[in-house]
Amino acid sequence: MESVRVIPCLDVRAGRVVKGVNFLALRDAGDPVALGAYYESQGADELVFLDINASIEGRATLIELVRRCAESVFIPLTVGGGVDSIASAEALLRAGADKVSVNSSAVAEPNLISDLAQRFGRQCVVVAVDARRRHDRFVVVTHGGRRETEIDALEWVSRVTELGAGEILVTSMDRDGTKDGYDLALLASISSAVNVPIIASGGVGKQQDFVDGVLQGGAQGLLAASVFHFGELSIASVKTALSDAGISVRQTGEPDGDIHASRT
Amino acid sequence: MTIGVVDYGIGNLYSCFKAIEAAGGDVVMMDRPQELVGADALVVPGVGDFGACVRALRQGGFEEPLREMLAKERPVLGICVGMQMLFEGSDEAPGEDGLGILAGRVRRLGPGVRLPQMQWNTLSYVPSPIASESNDSSTSYPSLFRGLPEGLWVYFVHSYGVALGEFTTASSCYGDTFSAAVQRGLLYGTQFHPEKSSSVGLSILRNFVEIVREMNVKREVERA
Repeated sequence: MESVRVIPCLDVRAGRVVKGVNFLALRDAGDPVALGAYYESQGADELVFLDINASIEGRATLIELVRRCAESVFIPLTVGGGVDSIASAEALLRAGADKVSVNSSAVAEPNLISDLAQRFGRQCVVVAVDARRRHDRFVVVTHGGRRETEIDALEWVSRVTELGAGEILVTSMDRDGTKDGYDLALLASISSAVNVPIIASGGVGKQQDFVDGVLQGGAQGLLAASVFHFGELSIASVKTALSDAGISVRQTGEPDGDIHASRT
Repeated sequence: MTIGVVDYGIGNLYSCFKAIEAAGGDVVMMDRPQELVGADALVVPGVGDFGACVRALRQGGFEEPLREMLAKERPVLGICVGMQMLFEGSDEAPGEDGLGILAGRVRRLGPGVRLPQMQWNTLSYVPSPIASESNDSSTSYPSLFRGLPEGLWVYFVHSYGVALGEFTTASSCYGDTFSAAVQRGLLYGTQFHPEKSSSVGLSILRNFVEIVREMNVKREVERA
């Protein structure tokens, strides 16, 4: 059976969560590990840590953070930001990341994707594609949206999949931060262009947006940041909405509720 | 009690190590083959390419001590490619023989599905009359899913899988039905990642740790 994943994304810098978070249940909501563990307990299927500005010193902090996360959070973890070589990917994977996400560095050096896939297996390689509408097509942008390229997003995802991407994280830079919903046209065209799992990102604001991301966008993963961090939506409510729409998604209440209680 | 995580140079073992620890096991990373036979049980992880995993295991000299542990009926748990390696071979690496401890081949999943399967999926238990038998069929060993309900959600990452066979104890479906878990005596294998399957995965690992403990007690009693 095919099921979808609900994936909170934590923007981190210098080992701390960037966007403001306020949960009564958490003593230190700025600690990505504490927040990750909280999301796991709430039913998150996977976590993403993004540290787009990781400097040389920042990288050591990020690796330490991943290591601490692997010690107490037992769901898959993808880490993105500053992965530009086999060595930088290996450090994160050895620390306990399950997948690394490459973005600008893959645009600059596409062979990095095949190198990573050969070394670690394609299941470890997520290619993050930031796309923006330009007239009747989508182009790839890099460096957090600051640089536009002439690369067609659809051609790019086909190419990176051939090179060895095991998953595509698609962010609409037009929708990011708007809460107007995922860019469904972007998702649908990318989803039909490749045969690896797609994670939808950018713009989600309400429960129905997640449902649309699957039914209209064809996504297998549903990423969101602020709606979860600010407590506007709970992971459970999103999963209920998905389930009610006939979409298969992991449930963490019954029958394994007792198991949760016995966890030490 | 010592559970050795076999570190034969493939992939990230840290989560695996930490999850077994969280499940109550006394766990040690073992990167030298001669250490293996001193353990009470082994966990054999594996990610990435089947051929690369089998080669690394063989060239590192881990195959013989692993077989020795199985001959002594020590609990062994293979995870993902660590499970696939127990079979005769894989379409992923046609030139590379598997360990051939279990009959069958690893084949590409599908058709008609996105690969890799990178998602949570449910388990259906499969009754197998011989999976739990000891080497001389005089004893019956516990299941990895002892006390756990049907329909558990666990996390998978793979493009290849094993068809249902006589040692399948749980199945799952992605395009087609495949073996999500296998058992032959005290040799266990899971295609999914218990170390990434949250509290459900920890419960499964806790069962494994418990089985290791019981087998240790049993040996003590027999020795006395």
